[in-house]
Amino acid sequence: MKFLSEYRDQKAAEQLAAAIRKKVTRPRTIMEICGGQTHTIVKSGLEDLLPPEITLVHGPGCPVCVTPIELIDKAVAIAKRPDAIFCSFGDMLRVPGSTRSLFDVKAEGTDVRIVYSPLDAVKLAKANPSKQVVFFAVGFETTAPANAMAAWQADHDCVENFSLLVSHVLVPPAMEALLSSDHCVVQGFLAAGHVCTVMGFEEYFPIAAKYKVPIVVTGFEPLDILEGIHMTVCQLEEARHEVENQYTRAVRREGNRPAQQTIAEVFEIAPCQWRGLGEIPASGFQLRGRFQKYDANRRFPFSGEPARESPECISGLILQGIKKPHECPAFAVKCTPENPLGAPMVSSEGACAAYYHYGRRQNVQSELSGTASR
Amino acid sequence: MADVKTFNLSCPVPRVADDRIVLAHGGGGRLTHQLIEKIFIPAFANDALEQRHDGAVVSLNGVRLAFTTDSFVVRPLIFPGGNIGDLAVNGTVNDLAMCGARPLYLSAGFILEEGLEMETLRTVVTSMRDAAAKAGVKLVTGDTKVVDKGKGDGVFINTSGIGVVEEFPCLAKSARHGAPTSLEEIRKDGVGIRAVHIGPASVQPGDAVIVSGDLGRHGIAILSVREGLEFESPILSDCANVWPAVEALLSGGIEIHCLRDLTRGGLATTLNEIASDRNVCIKLEEVLVPVNEVVQGACEILGLDPLYVANEGRFAAFVPASQADSALNILKSIEVSQGAVQVGKVEEGPGRTVVLQSRIGGNCVVDMLSGEQLPRIC
Repeated sequence: MKFLSEYRDQKAAEQLAAAIRKKVTRPRTIMEICGGQTHTIVKSGLEDLLPPEITLVHGPGCPVCVTPIELIDKAVAIAKRPDAIFCSFGDMLRVPGSTRSLFDVKAEGTDVRIVYSPLDAVKLAKANPSKQVVFFAVGFETTAPANAMAAWQADHDCVENFSLLVSHVLVPPAMEALLSSDHCVVQGFLAAGHVCTVMGFEEYFPIAAKYKVPIVVTGFEPLDILEGIHMTVCQLEEARHEVENQYTRAVRREGNRPAQQTIAEVFEIAPCQWRGLGEIPASGFQLRGRFQKYDANRRFPFSGEPARESPECISGLILQGIKKPHECPAFAVKCTPENPLGAPMVSSEGACAAYYHYGRRQNVQSELSGTASR
Repeated sequence: MADVKTFNLSCPVPRVADDRIVLAHGGGGRLTHQLIEKIFIPAFANDALEQRHDGAVVSLNGVRLAFTTDSFVVRPLIFPGGNIGDLAVNGTVNDLAMCGARPLYLSAGFILEEGLEMETLRTVVTSMRDAAAKAGVKLVTGDTKVVDKGKGDGVFINTSGIGVVEEFPCLAKSARHGAPTSLEEIRKDGVGIRAVHIGPASVQPGDAVIVSGDLGRHGIAILSVREGLEFESPILSDCANVWPAVEALLSGGIEIHCLRDLTRGGLATTLNEIASDRNVCIKLEEVLVPVNEVVQGACEILGLDPLYVANEGRFAAFVPASQADSALNILKSIEVSQGAVQVGKVEEGPGRTVVLQSRIGGNCVVDMLSGEQLPRIC
């Protein structure tokens, strides 16, 4: 298939892997920011091709993992209102709140629906004027234009029974938070290609300069990621710390200006809570000015119990890279993809879920090599 | 014996999802299996149920009968390439076929919702008649109930089916290369007749894993209507009766070890069930797995994996490696399985594992899903 098969070609992958092997001289730790990249790495078994010097660390770019538990509780509370139709992207439904997930309350009979576009939620609101239609607007800069467009459309069409429960987070402040931590082990970043499709990559120049860290804007196919790793390794070996663009077929330096304008019209930058990382200044979006009337937070005041994370879940340490998932006592024992205690076990992009499968893979690998050596 | 589960895959700590039925319990993934293992098997345990196959095979006065049942709750009722009616007939016919049984008789139970348009019911029933005629089965008994508006989704259909496991000629292992072309040829070869034992218990290391055609059409066809997604060329459900393909394999002298239709949960779930039942490793090669370009495109957009998407006219066949080519030739000569390909093989270890070698040459474990696949955010 055009634009797919050519980025999954085995020969090209082997050539890139050989180039990485040839270039790397010492252990290098590289973080891929985006959950979509993590997904590709796990699904294509990409680490099998890499030399042992390269360690990939899964970054915080999984919206399912970083949406704060308070907001899940709020979503659940709103969904349980008899007049509500609660709309969300699919994989948010399984994320556990303090006591329940959206899936659980759906099973109890509340109207929770999976939508593919926030504009579908606006349509739903028009079709159900007696209902309050609430869309769970989560995600990074990638989903922000569509979510902004939904608010804009609702405003334009005077749809009053529509609102957004917003938890929008931004990549560059999270990178800065990670880099300024004393525990930071990351030596180079694969920046999230789709985020940069919208935002461009100018905002990464000061970060690369300040922290002396290579940042390579990288795509999502196996060959994209291998090439991104190769470019990062070259920078590290040559003691450079620049912003480079691997994903040139989708990303321009200035990004998508009309999309940025739509975001700027509807949202303003605000401090934001990250699950596991805490509050990071200027790291999220909230609705601005005339669009605040679509803020579900204001429309449905929430007076539930204060949120509580499972005391056994150490997802905060895991998202910061301080602990590895398998170092958690609950990992794969009390906490599994069926019964996740924390968000990183939920999505296939989450670090714990990736380790859950990857851990099994390591067992498989050692068994395979054991058989081979006999 | 030592239980070698490093990870406790069926978490014993009941948490939120365990005190009520959630949709994922019907998704065909791990929660469905937990439901079967913890609620149904303990309650009804018996030899036939222990076969853990798509249907039960029981002996009655020397005749081996296959018996199966299935319920159909699809929304929308009418979808590209079929409707709930042909689905209900073909689904049960295929479950019988997976036991190696010639489908004979069906029952049909209808649960109708108050307010259902008569015209819709007529369309569904006409499709059932046509599908039954095509499969050569008779619908011999039935039942109808009507529920209040809002208590059903238009039509729910349950069908049960009875088939007979016939004796087919079988080649002795080293008797010949390639399938015989006629019964005459088989007799000339002096090869005996055998009773067929098709089921997960017959799967063994060395078996070739064949799928009967490209994957994911039904699931994506349903999704496209349900979610209002439009593609350049419409995707039709693969809903079809696969007995002709199975019959051809059997009469062609193929020593079939196991057959499984690739419905809910898709190829990945089916292979995981068998790998874990038999404590074997099933190895797949991604480049060999047949997926139509439009289906692949839809999966890429929605963040779904075609390995887990439902099919209604596809099955996996486990056959001895030495007969893989013959089996493929036979399958390709039958319309419903003309896209058959070998996608992998069964190996001894690591047990209870399905491994996919990706296009770029890395390996990943293809796990069973917890519930249904969820479209990803980004």
